[in-house]
Amino acid sequence: MSDFLMQIDGKEVKAVAGMTVLEAARGAGISIPSLCHHDQLEPFGGCRLCIVEVEVDGRTRLVTSCVYQARENLVVRTRSEKIDRIRKTLLELLLAHAPDSPQLKDLARDYGADADRFEKEASFCIHCGLCVRYCAEVKGKHAVGFVDRGINKEISFIPEIAAQECNDCKECFPLCPTSYLQAAFVLVEAFAFPRDGDETSSAE
Amino acid sequence: MPLSDIIYKIGGGIPGGKKFKAVQTGGPSGGCIPEELLDLQVGFDELTQAGSMMGSGGMIVMDEDTCMVDVARYFINFLTEESCGKCVPCREGLRQMARILTRICAGEGREGDIETLEDLSEVAIEASLCALGKSAPNPFLTTLRYFRAEYEAHIKEKRCPACACKALISYYIEPQKCTGCRICLRECPADAIDGDKKIVHIIDQDKCTTCGVCLDVCPSHFGAVRRISGEPVPPPLPDEQRAVIKKGKGQ
Repeated sequence: MSDFLMQIDGKEVKAVAGMTVLEAARGAGISIPSLCHHDQLEPFGGCRLCIVEVEVDGRTRLVTSCVYQARENLVVRTRSEKIDRIRKTLLELLLAHAPDSPQLKDLARDYGADADRFEKEASFCIHCGLCVRYCAEVKGKHAVGFVDRGINKEISFIPEIAAQECNDCKECFPLCPTSYLQAAFVLVEAFAFPRDGDETSSAE
Repeated sequence: MPLSDIIYKIGGGIPGGKKFKAVQTGGPSGGCIPEELLDLQVGFDELTQAGSMMGSGGMIVMDEDTCMVDVARYFINFLTEESCGKCVPCREGLRQMARILTRICAGEGREGDIETLEDLSEVAIEASLCALGKSAPNPFLTTLRYFRAEYEAHIKEKRCPACACKALISYYIEPQKCTGCRICLRECPADAIDGDKKIVHIIDQDKCTTCGVCLDVCPSHFGAVRRISGEPVPPPLPDEQRAVIKKGKGQ
């Protein structure tokens, strides 16, 4: 592993081969917003909030810092008018789903995002995939997964696995940036494997 | 080879004496090219410069009866389900774009809709994970670039210039042309046409679902039914003036 220097927001930053730009920035105390990144999980690149500008061969382009490899002498800018404009719209799109999420509210304040710009959506899920990936990569259980695609994509617990594994774990609950995950679990529990004598999960 | 040779010489041109309006190239995330650019050479660079793409190589030729806002709505809506749903700009951006375009076609467009669509397009192009999201706004961007007036007519005047958006049109039977043949009256699925043999037919605008069956079935030598958009439907004839006198054959 060799150390090298790169530049982020005008600051010399030391990075190690194999690091992403996001990791290098955070290691140097430079914050880049992200909703789908988790230190224990493989990079996902779903929320796109962590986009930054990089200068490659004299040309500037936008890249997603959580999946973009840091390299020697790379010049990175984490804020610009364009980046802020894109992050603002991305946040507004997500706030249509989860207007009360504390994480989203904080970011909305930073970027001036209007929670009412888009019509509200029925699902709280913002598809960060933290629950799905944590269950698969860390726990190896695959009790929750994505189903369908496009605008119909949603997370879903697999009842047969969830009935066996979830009650003693629930480690994914605090990862969820909205309150959707718990709701999805309670729902599948109520319908697919109600616990005996438990009033809240009685299907009747 | 220019686009016009493919459309007119190989494809045989526009059927039914209609006027050419646009050609959509490259599949769903391609773009619409207007009449002014019919001399464009069909090539990768040329099509990209015009805002479209070679893509699948397919072409959809559209005539004057096609609404370009409705075309953008159709393709963006298609792409919302083609998206894999992983990244926000594509999944959520297209969801909102489809919603706004549907609203505009339904006559509920608002000031600022075009700017919001442009903003969502920029985000999808710049921030999407793959080429589907990066190219998905093309149907909107090209129709806006070449047919901006149609967007403005829908939003500001609640008018569909191509008379294609069902919520923005009315059907009207011209009394001077109607012979009282009862064909449309029998075929109307909404029971919205009043009249009788040799009595000028009138469409009850409250019952009409703007399905267009009356226009399709009215014999072409009468041509009595027409579509209206953005202007009021003329008031119905008073009953005493509805008798058809010496019309149709022989006149």
